[in-house]
Amino acid sequence: MSSGYKLAVLGDRESILGYRTLGFHVREAENEADGRRELSDLAKEGYAVIYVTEQLACRIEDEIAKYKDSPLPAIILIPGKTGSLGIGMKGVHSAVERAVGADILA
Amino acid sequence: MTTLNVNPTRMELKRLKTRLTTARRGHKLLKDKRDELMKRFLDIVRENLELRREVEEALVSANRGFAVASAVMSPEMFEQSLMCPTKSVELDVSYQNIMSVDVPKFSFSESDGHTIYPYGYAMTSGELDDAVDRLSDIMPRLLRLAEMEKSAQLLAQEIEKTRRRVNALEYVMIPQLSETIRMITMKLDENERGNLTRLMKVKDMMIKEQLQKK
Repeated sequence: MSSGYKLAVLGDRESILGYRTLGFHVREAENEADGRRELSDLAKEGYAVIYVTEQLACRIEDEIAKYKDSPLPAIILIPGKTGSLGIGMKGVHSAVERAVGADILA
Repeated sequence: MTTLNVNPTRMELKRLKTRLTTARRGHKLLKDKRDELMKRFLDIVRENLELRREVEEALVSANRGFAVASAVMSPEMFEQSLMCPTKSVELDVSYQNIMSVDVPKFSFSESDGHTIYPYGYAMTSGELDDAVDRLSDIMPRLLRLAEMEKSAQLLAQEIEKTRRRVNALEYVMIPQLSETIRMITMKLDENERGNLTRLMKVKDMMIKEQLQKK
């Protein structure tokens, strides 16, 4: 058991403001370049869980895919201010497809 | 099926036979591993889907709450009230071993804030209270989601790897080995037969020679 890991939320300003009240660390990223930089920074700084808004995630998919196979950090997509885009759900289904060979839960 | 490029000798045969038994045993073990992994994976993924649906719904409604609150309040006031959180979260990460895959388990400890609301009530609207309340309700599930989703990803990777191994053993290694073993046995048998006929022939010749001498 190791402790002292941190949680972060990454996304546009309006979407992530509320998470500050939970004690999460929030990082703003309005555009693609910011998103990439912040994400790799966060990963390097030892954040264990990084929540990324779907609106941002759909633009930096390749950056997120880098961390898919390592135990930490866990990058989890959450709906942003404009609602769910279904990308997070798609991620779960693609994991099924990868493991089983076909999406049997669709 | 192509055979391995080896010399058809007894020693090679013996070596290949041990390799074949090892491959067979490995194949069986990996197949069992794959099946068990798959079982665990499906359990996790089902829960993951359920949880994600729940969390997304809740988050969307919390976001809507914040949007309403920001509409009711002045922008400066809105930002100020969320500026200084009362609590901070620390995450504990331990690892759980599922079929030799290490998946992270998260548990969090919050520093003791007396209230979840990082502001006084005088200047803020009730909508904001509501939104903050809703968000802090989802928090444990949000963490659980992170755990499940990471586990699902890691297990998917392991299953993919194991499946490849099983297939490589089943459709390449094992047929190749048995084919090579067959080839060597046939060649050795053929040599044996050739040797036998040669001996018989020599014996015949010797007998004939003896008869002629008499």
